[in-house]
Amino acid sequence: MAPIRKLLIANRGEIAVRIQRAARDLGIRTVQVVSEADRDMLAARMADEVIVLGPPAASKSYLAVDRLLDALRDSGADAVHPGYGFLSENADFARAVTAMGRIFVGPDADTIERMGDKVNARQAAIAAGVPVVPGSEGRIKGLEQALSLAGEIGYPVMVKAAAGGGGRGIRVSHTAEELAAAIPTAMAEAKAGFGDPGLYLEAYIEKARHIEVQVLGDGEDVIHLHERECSLQRRRQKVWEEAPAAMLDPGLRAELCASAVRLSRAVRYRGAGTMEYLYDPGRQAFYFIEMNTRIQVEHPVTEMITGIDLVREMLLIAGGGRLRMSQEDVRCTGHAIEVRINAEDPARNFMPNPGHVETLRLPEGPGIRFDEGIYAGYRVPPFYDSLLGKLIVAGASREEALDRMAAALDGLEIGPIATTTALHRALVQDPALRAGEVSTRWLETWLEGPGVAAIKTASGT
Amino acid sequence: MATKRIESPLPGVIYLSPAPGEPVFKAPGDSVAVGDTLALVEVMKSYMPVEADQAGIFRGYLVETETVLEPGEPLCELEV
Repeated sequence: MAPIRKLLIANRGEIAVRIQRAARDLGIRTVQVVSEADRDMLAARMADEVIVLGPPAASKSYLAVDRLLDALRDSGADAVHPGYGFLSENADFARAVTAMGRIFVGPDADTIERMGDKVNARQAAIAAGVPVVPGSEGRIKGLEQALSLAGEIGYPVMVKAAAGGGGRGIRVSHTAEELAAAIPTAMAEAKAGFGDPGLYLEAYIEKARHIEVQVLGDGEDVIHLHERECSLQRRRQKVWEEAPAAMLDPGLRAELCASAVRLSRAVRYRGAGTMEYLYDPGRQAFYFIEMNTRIQVEHPVTEMITGIDLVREMLLIAGGGRLRMSQEDVRCTGHAIEVRINAEDPARNFMPNPGHVETLRLPEGPGIRFDEGIYAGYRVPPFYDSLLGKLIVAGASREEALDRMAAALDGLEIGPIATTTALHRALVQDPALRAGEVSTRWLETWLEGPGVAAIKTASGT
Repeated sequence: MATKRIESPLPGVIYLSPAPGEPVFKAPGDSVAVGDTLALVEVMKSYMPVEADQAGIFRGYLVETETVLEPGEPLCELEV
């Protein structure tokens, strides 16, 4: 493979801008594809060439494989960067790009397919000796087996209907007595509710934290770029991310990152990827849940603590390069925090707020970065997700980073559309968050309690 | 009785039925109560209901499903 000379960017918004910047840095020409609603987006203004894919609906533009392949052929680009979302984890698209003799910036299609499937990824993890949430690996065969398994796993455990979905039919037991009482009831309920009495049993994680490890591979060698914590989520969407995971003890952190490297080596991973884990503070254990075979929204916090430009490395590796650093070269310095600035009104239940950006003032200073997808005068279309940009800060310590974030948020002004800036101004002052006492359920609980008044104060309403 | 034009409160893609293939929310002649859903608007990957703020008799939709509407553009008519 030869180095990339001309890159097609198959995405929009802030990540398209981010990829434009990395490409420009490497002297790579860019082709930006857009929907009819995105002709004037920031990344289109920066690109060397712009190709209109089709109507605003993503299914007719950014997800339309045939149109993208036509654009690839017509533009003469030798590579495609898919960003995140859209076609970034679509193995068929990656395969079609490769079949045209072009480069897909990411792992090969087989790896996307294998690691994109939760069951396959779990099996690959187990084979690589990476811990997964311990459980019954199938239906429990009766009370005695359940009790003995729960004894091995340790309480609390939960049983859930094999035929159920979502959060339905789940019962949590803290002792053997509770479990013995719960099983017959749960079976009867499962039979009544789903027509199937089968139950699964697995460890119940009381205050799970979301931890993920950034990996970078060239198909032969793989290194990790330390971990991030992304426990602050609303409706399973991350809103605030940090690196490193400050509450992990050094031994466990080393084990966690080593496990991610083991698993990505086992699949001969190429490109940037993320291994997602749940951390159970009660058991002091981490469990692999899934892998994302692409760049992630929150990659800048990793860049801030390591000084490594992940998108640049992705482009160099895709062009046939080997990893340019060894594990020993990867440093973890200080602490970084990213907040997502979305066009949603946190004072009105996160009501989407597309429209004109008339005022845009971005904070500046040492340790402050803003990855933006907007400019003053830009009209945010209603057709896509609400992410406008990301404010990222770094400091020598977590406390310093928090203080810098508070100051940077004060310097951020986007108007008149409502954004999640007010949410973050309230969060950055919260004592529990500052103390790091959070879990994946913390934000939603906070939003129903102290968050209501805190957001009102922060948004000045 | 007067005819009132109902507008989408948000910009986005209008859906006239709860799911593809299902009947539309309201047909001409249907009675409408305050709070009834008249359509869904898809905005930034969320689906928000367009609700009636007045009771009346439904006259008809002025657009087809999956039309892109701006705030202020008429969606349907109601006899109030």
